[in-house]
Amino acid sequence: MAVSMIAEPRALPRRRDNDELTEIATRIRVRIVDMLEAAGSGHSAGPLGMADILTALYFSILRHDPTDPEWDERDVFFLSNGHTVPVLYAALAESGYFPVDELSSLRRLGSRLQGHPERKALPGLESTSGPLGSGLSQAAGYAYAMRYLTRQPHRFVYTVMGDGEINEGNVWEAAMFASKYRLGQLIAFIDRNNIQIDGTTDEVMPLGDLVAKWQSFGWHVLEIDGNDPGAVVKAAALGRAVSGQPTMILANTVPGKGVDFMEYDHRWHGMPPNADQAEAARRILSRSRGER
Amino acid sequence: MRLADVDTSDFATIRQETIRSGFGKGLLAAGRESDRVVALCADLTESTQMHLFRDAFPDRFIQVGVAEQNLVTVAAGLAHAGFIPFTTSYAAFSPGRNWEQIKTTAALNDQPVKIVGAHTGINVGPDGATHQMLEDIALMRVLPNMVVVAPADSIEAEKATRKIAVNDAPSYLRLARDKTPVFTRPDTPFEIGKALHLQRGNDVTIVATGTMTYEALAAARILSERGINADVLHLATIKPLDEDAILASAALTRRVVTVEEAQIAGGLGGAVAEVLSEHLPTIMMRIGIRDRFGESGGPRELLDHFGLTAPHIARSVSAWLEALPSSGDTQRG
Ligand SMILES: [Mg+2]
Repeated sequence: MAVSMIAEPRALPRRRDNDELTEIATRIRVRIVDMLEAAGSGHSAGPLGMADILTALYFSILRHDPTDPEWDERDVFFLSNGHTVPVLYAALAESGYFPVDELSSLRRLGSRLQGHPERKALPGLESTSGPLGSGLSQAAGYAYAMRYLTRQPHRFVYTVMGDGEINEGNVWEAAMFASKYRLGQLIAFIDRNNIQIDGTTDEVMPLGDLVAKWQSFGWHVLEIDGNDPGAVVKAAALGRAVSGQPTMILANTVPGKGVDFMEYDHRWHGMPPNADQAEAARRILSRSRGER
Repeated sequence: MRLADVDTSDFATIRQETIRSGFGKGLLAAGRESDRVVALCADLTESTQMHLFRDAFPDRFIQVGVAEQNLVTVAAGLAHAGFIPFTTSYAAFSPGRNWEQIKTTAALNDQPVKIVGAHTGINVGPDGATHQMLEDIALMRVLPNMVVVAPADSIEAEKATRKIAVNDAPSYLRLARDKTPVFTRPDTPFEIGKALHLQRGNDVTIVATGTMTYEALAAARILSERGINADVLHLATIKPLDEDAILASAALTRRVVTVEEAQIAGGLGGAVAEVLSEHLPTIMMRIGIRDRFGESGGPRELLDHFGLTAPHIARSVSAWLEALPSSGDTQRG
């Protein structure tokens, strides 16, 4: 296996300040509302809550090239909680992977924007996901390859999981694996929004002290405000700086963030807005834009 | 189709070796042929015969512990990074426990993850029903994109391993624990998706897979002594199925028997029945495990108990043929 040289800088993301990232995140939230309204089904709370994380990833953290999705020096992002894919589709379209107009085809017959992401359907998708608990393992497998097989220490693998998702045993199998093999190029996020389908995470299955849990599994653990894109960017940089240990970023987010009538309400987990609700959501989001 | 030249010696005298040892040798060869081949094991390295590869290529061997869900999903990540991951465990656990991960991250995701299921069938023996995987053919052949291969002996297992290493598709390889007769030869053809024609006959078609092919061939010899000439096909590949070979033989004999060390529901018997009932409705008998679990016992003892040794198979086939209406009545226009 050839040892690769240092990557050319073509896809290093340009520095963006927090205001600019917040502006992009708001645009992505509007796209999410539009998509879900057009689709008439899908998940609202998760994608809105994760918009700042995905904005930070695609507009500041990841080294990637929308004109060459399979660029072999790119950083790789695995979306593990596939039901939140509208936020990924919006981030990919805003990045230029495919036309923004195509977002309105979400969940339609023949669309490249399947209800849950399918790798081969659309450029920019790194995996197929939906059934929960398998993204961390795939990211770990990729990180293993970069550390031990292709020997590319300058590349990083990122993944986002939901907090309900870590009820799955597969996640903890991956936690042990990544720690054993000291996968320092693996940086994972948990979207800690405290809700899942049947209610709050405390009601459904209490997660306990997640910092202590992941630390005891041998991980480098950070806890941040996941609705602050600047904090996401900084945490990722800290994660990259720690070698020989995978990083878990517990990102506290507000489910439905940005649309006040959806915030903190678990009923919006799996529900799309109707026309009136979507119009109201767009008004609220454009107002927040003006306020800054 | 030309007849494959194979060794038809008696069970008592023929050389015997495990199918899994053929996999071990094949994986080692595949590792030499491509440095993209990597191997992952869930704490069963020697019994799945992965130790040959591990010792030759320690840098490409990954121990994942007793974690079969992680086994195949880490493999999916490695495949996405450009590697060809072979994963091993007992089939009862992989694909038994991690079928959804295989479906989503290997099959639907269309990554060339290789799932190698050791210890299939009742020849697992004394460990009993929990460890005797009988449902794997049914589980794996319903997955789009998946290739399903059940080699008949160690030589064919070695060839099959090397072929699936380069087929660029998610694939399932079915192995067995107990020693079985080595009756194919190094130059016997092997191609994914192609049946082997082992014996020509007009009276009945016997289609077999995996460990049952030698038994079926030996049963055909017993039948020929009684004047019944069987057309014998070996289907190492259950998906994609060699429909042409099945239909050609069925058109000739109008009676088809399937033999497998697996649940006949959804197994080889199910697959052959689907093809025949769509294209050439033909009366069938499916020999295998009929909607029950295995149990503890010696490997040969269990095969006898379940009617899966050559004398039992021969007896079942001739009794079935005798009970059928005369050929004039079953013949279709
Ligand atoms: Mg949640």
